[in-house]
Amino acid sequence: MIIETRGLSYFFGKQRVLDNVSLKVPMGCIYGFLGPNGAGKTTTIKILLNLLYSSANNVFVFGKELRHSRIEILSRIGSLIEQPSIYPHLSGKENLANRAMLLGINSRRVDEMLSLVDLTDSADKKAGKYSLGMKQRLGIALALLPDPELLILDEPTNGLDPNGIIQIRKLLQKLTSEHGKTVFVSSHLLSEVERMATYVGIINKGKLLFQGTIDELHGLNTTSICIEVDDTVSAANILLSNGYEADIFADTIQMPFSSKQQMGNINQLLVNQGHTVFSLSQTKHDLEKLFLDITKN
Amino acid sequence: MYAFLISLRSEFFKTRKTLAFLSAILLPLILTILISAGFFINAEKMVPYQPMIQWMRFSSAFLGVMGFLLLPMLVIFQTYSVNNIEHKSDMWKSLFSLPLPKWSMYSSKWVYAVLLNALCLSLFAGFVLAAGQLLSLLKADLRFNEYDFSGLLLKIHLKMFLASLGILSIQFFLSLLWDDFLKPMGIGFLLTVFGIICNNLGWKYAFTIPYAHPMIALQKMMSQTTPGSTDFELLTKEVYISLAISLVTFIAGYFVISRRSVR
Repeated sequence: MIIETRGLSYFFGKQRVLDNVSLKVPMGCIYGFLGPNGAGKTTTIKILLNLLYSSANNVFVFGKELRHSRIEILSRIGSLIEQPSIYPHLSGKENLANRAMLLGINSRRVDEMLSLVDLTDSADKKAGKYSLGMKQRLGIALALLPDPELLILDEPTNGLDPNGIIQIRKLLQKLTSEHGKTVFVSSHLLSEVERMATYVGIINKGKLLFQGTIDELHGLNTTSICIEVDDTVSAANILLSNGYEADIFADTIQMPFSSKQQMGNINQLLVNQGHTVFSLSQTKHDLEKLFLDITKN
Repeated sequence: MYAFLISLRSEFFKTRKTLAFLSAILLPLILTILISAGFFINAEKMVPYQPMIQWMRFSSAFLGVMGFLLLPMLVIFQTYSVNNIEHKSDMWKSLFSLPLPKWSMYSSKWVYAVLLNALCLSLFAGFVLAAGQLLSLLKADLRFNEYDFSGLLLKIHLKMFLASLGILSIQFFLSLLWDDFLKPMGIGFLLTVFGIICNNLGWKYAFTIPYAHPMIALQKMMSQTTPGSTDFELLTKEVYISLAISLVTFIAGYFVISRRSVR
């Protein structure tokens, strides 16, 4: 695991903002850290970067405990936290040059990064006069400057237009697939994570509610059968006594879908038992609803 | 040590176009031009004096303003500016997530503030010496060129520099803690006024107030130098206290900052 937290909890005063979070981020993946605003995403990221301190030695990055190997770990990470931090009185190029100086990086890489995030034409413009999207792209360039093994990005597509979002998505996918980097990216937008990530962690109110591959997440996204009949309770009992799983929900019977043949059999069974079937339909929950279901409790 | 040096270099790179750096050059330059113009216009009043007295009167015009109010206020402004560049852009989180030791980032900022103060005072001394020579050229009656005042002037500025380090460390710490201008500036200004009042009232413990140290140091120098003897003691009680306060505040500041979370 590139990142591992073991039962991580964190308090702001008496308020618990992280509750027993155990992240597991495998190497070479794009890990989408998903949650509504205020769920604890930025707090988790700040702990991973040693900006906030966990009270126990329970944060491991590259297999090493963070507090004891801070500099070694940070030297392999590029990060962007919340709004990009840039010096507004310096140009985009000077911002990158200053960071390159601090990290002992060859200044040629500054031009490469400017080109990568499409800021070459605005390189000498003061960063304070950049649009929000340009600032975000500069922030990403600053994160990528040291060619890190692990990129930690907090809401990196904030303020970007659709083209910019697609560019960043493709860039992150290229970094993982062609260069073997690992990307840990937080977002409150499910659609963004769904398109970009290979692993997903869903956090709400400081608790990690789901963690797994994007396919595992889709696996939770089951299709069900919704049946409307003249006597819901009696029909549900018939289905249960014939070995089906059935729940009553708002005057309808809900049961897991397996095949169209199964739907036909159910219809026949209920009709044979003297029930009038008003409707029998498939209901597919989209990921948006699944996300809401996971985070609403 | 390498991390400290690159952090220091980065401080210069970041501030070289800001008032934090430019004030260290512009303030002595502008003040020298203004006071020199005054002496040029009123040169005849200086003519009766010996060259050494001419120098003392000329330099006193700067030092009087400097010691009492300008130096403490300049230090307050410079320390604020050095840290505000990070506060303003919310850069602390970015700086502290870099693979650099925290002590190197902290100490390079402090050293940079000290260097700015040293640069400013060196330029004051240099500009005063240059202005004196220039006045001699422009007004033949002024005989600044007949006496070498450089050694004494540099020593005076060195003493002022050492006496201001206590203020510098305290203000540096305050401006690290608070991201607004009013708190460190307001506290610094109030303590400077408090120091002036306590010293002027002759309070016997006024030497314990760091904000009064430049003024006390200046007054002691003035009392020790006479036309016959221009030598004075460099390391006096208030200078030692200033250095001690500076050291203690610097160390305490590091422990506070290194344990502080970046929210």
